[in-house]
Amino acid sequence: MIATESLSKRFPRVTALDRLSLDIGPGVTGLVGANGAGKSTMIKILLGLSPATEGSAQVLGLDVRTHGPEIRERVGYMPEHDCLPPDVSATEFVVHMARMSGLPATAARERTADTLRHVGLYEERYRPIGGYSTGMKQRVKLAQALVHDPKLVLLDEPTNGLDPVGRDEMLGLIRRVWTDFGISVLVTSHLLGELERTCDHVVVIDGGRLLRSSSTSDFTRTTTTLAVEVTDSDAHPDGAASLRAALAAAGVTIHAGVEDGLPGAGHVLLLEAPGEETYDLVRDTVAGLGLGLVRMEQRRHHIAEVFKATDQEEVPAR
Amino acid sequence: MSSQAPETTQIHNIGYRSYDGPRLGRAYARRALFSQSLRGAYGLGRSAKSKVLPMLLFAVMCAPALIIVAISVYTKADKLFMEYTQYAVYLQLVIAVFLASQAPQSVSRDLRFRTVPLYFSRPIERVDYVLAKYGAMASALFVLTATPLVIMWIGSMLAKMDFAEQAKLFGQGLVSVAVLSVLFAGVGLVMAALTPRRGFGVAAVIAVLTISYGAVTTLQGISYTTENTGSIIWLGLFSPLTLVIGLQNAFLGAPASFPGEMQVGAGTGAVYLLVVLGLVAACYGILMRRYRKVGL
Repeated sequence: MIATESLSKRFPRVTALDRLSLDIGPGVTGLVGANGAGKSTMIKILLGLSPATEGSAQVLGLDVRTHGPEIRERVGYMPEHDCLPPDVSATEFVVHMARMSGLPATAARERTADTLRHVGLYEERYRPIGGYSTGMKQRVKLAQALVHDPKLVLLDEPTNGLDPVGRDEMLGLIRRVWTDFGISVLVTSHLLGELERTCDHVVVIDGGRLLRSSSTSDFTRTTTTLAVEVTDSDAHPDGAASLRAALAAAGVTIHAGVEDGLPGAGHVLLLEAPGEETYDLVRDTVAGLGLGLVRMEQRRHHIAEVFKATDQEEVPAR
Repeated sequence: MSSQAPETTQIHNIGYRSYDGPRLGRAYARRALFSQSLRGAYGLGRSAKSKVLPMLLFAVMCAPALIIVAISVYTKADKLFMEYTQYAVYLQLVIAVFLASQAPQSVSRDLRFRTVPLYFSRPIERVDYVLAKYGAMASALFVLTATPLVIMWIGSMLAKMDFAEQAKLFGQGLVSVAVLSVLFAGVGLVMAALTPRRGFGVAAVIAVLTISYGAVTTLQGISYTTENTGSIIWLGLFSPLTLVIGLQNAFLGAPASFPGEMQVGAGTGAVYLLVVLGLVAACYGILMRRYRKVGL
């Protein structure tokens, strides 16, 4: 879908992208980076609107330098900022944008009706956009990016300004853009948790350089760490401590750290469980002590931890 | 098997349908933007409220033409009692108000609500956007200024005036309002594009058009009374409307209407033409520059 080869963009005083090489396949891809990491610059270059200082980029197999109009015909773009005139209805606006993408008038109207339905706008689409909630406006913005049935959409911070429910709905919608509509998505965000749930692949950039690019399952792969939570009993007023002692005696490695900040964190033990036999051992030990076993689960990595770890590695390098 | 057919009808969710139809590309998108902007100048495709002013101004613009025709036909005159080329000059305020209200509507909205980046994320380029908006505004002004001339010409035919002569005068009038439309549209759009706030845009357009015309005619009057007649013609270069007046006086058979009936000759007429072309080119250049900044 997108391929860049040592892509650089330098402005007089800042380097926005620094020899960035990427290869992004079909599916939902998250582009993560702090503000100013080069995400928006990247999108501009991919749309063929801003020439790269050096290196090359291809979108859908077309060179961004020479085939800008062809790329923009097949790519949708949802900007981060407000872009909707308040005095027209969603239908009129999206029809107009569909025609701007080259769709004939009748097709533009049909596609608009379909697309607005798919993003969840029904009767309200005939009212002026000025009266819409933020969530509805975001849906209109998404609809105008999808109305010409692109092969790829570039979504710039689509969850900005949404409340938690609206955020979840938008993320679900983005997921459906790929699973149901078959349109590949490049979504930028500075919130890692969002991308973890939505994306197949995550690209982390910082200061215009590539920090990491791998599939979401790599990021969040299961670890060998096991979290065990137990109750207290009369015989063992501090159940966790008793279990810790018993398991340590049985030769199990127990991590010193606990899951900070979570309710009942003091009752959770993190231990190394290289194989099945540790699970049985934990179960038997807990039963032997007469404690209640609240939960026993494999811990998964969160993308944020990887990001943190990468940060720490990067710091001395600078 | 027919006995098993369900009695009730069902609505199936047909899911997402992809689009395999034609994609008409950049030239089509430019035409679509042109027609949307042209219709928008008359409030078509916009709310009922936004139709009121342009339609009212259009009616005001046409009413005198109807009166002229009615009187000419009634009195069986052998020519219309107003020249085609003078019509727009007399009704310049109506044209100014139309331009001041519609130019900001056409460009300031896109800037203010930041819709411009959406246009540039589509096949059209900056030059297409500027050409479509400029063409639409000039066409809207041409419709406004040429329609009364058409009414007058039809009237002259009804009054059985000399066909050849009327056709020639009518043609000259059309060329004159075409020049006026292109020139005024450029000035209006530049003013509007430099001010994302619509109210400032309206004020700026009216100010530039009326103040420059007022200043030029005042100075021309002073030159005339101080018998410094040589400067009258050159002063005419400094406002859009006097440029059109001088140009049509030189080339389009319009009577001399500067103070003292100073006649603009072919030589100075050429200067007028160059200034008009230069102004139009400058407006186009400024618009192109303006949109280089806002692309995404």
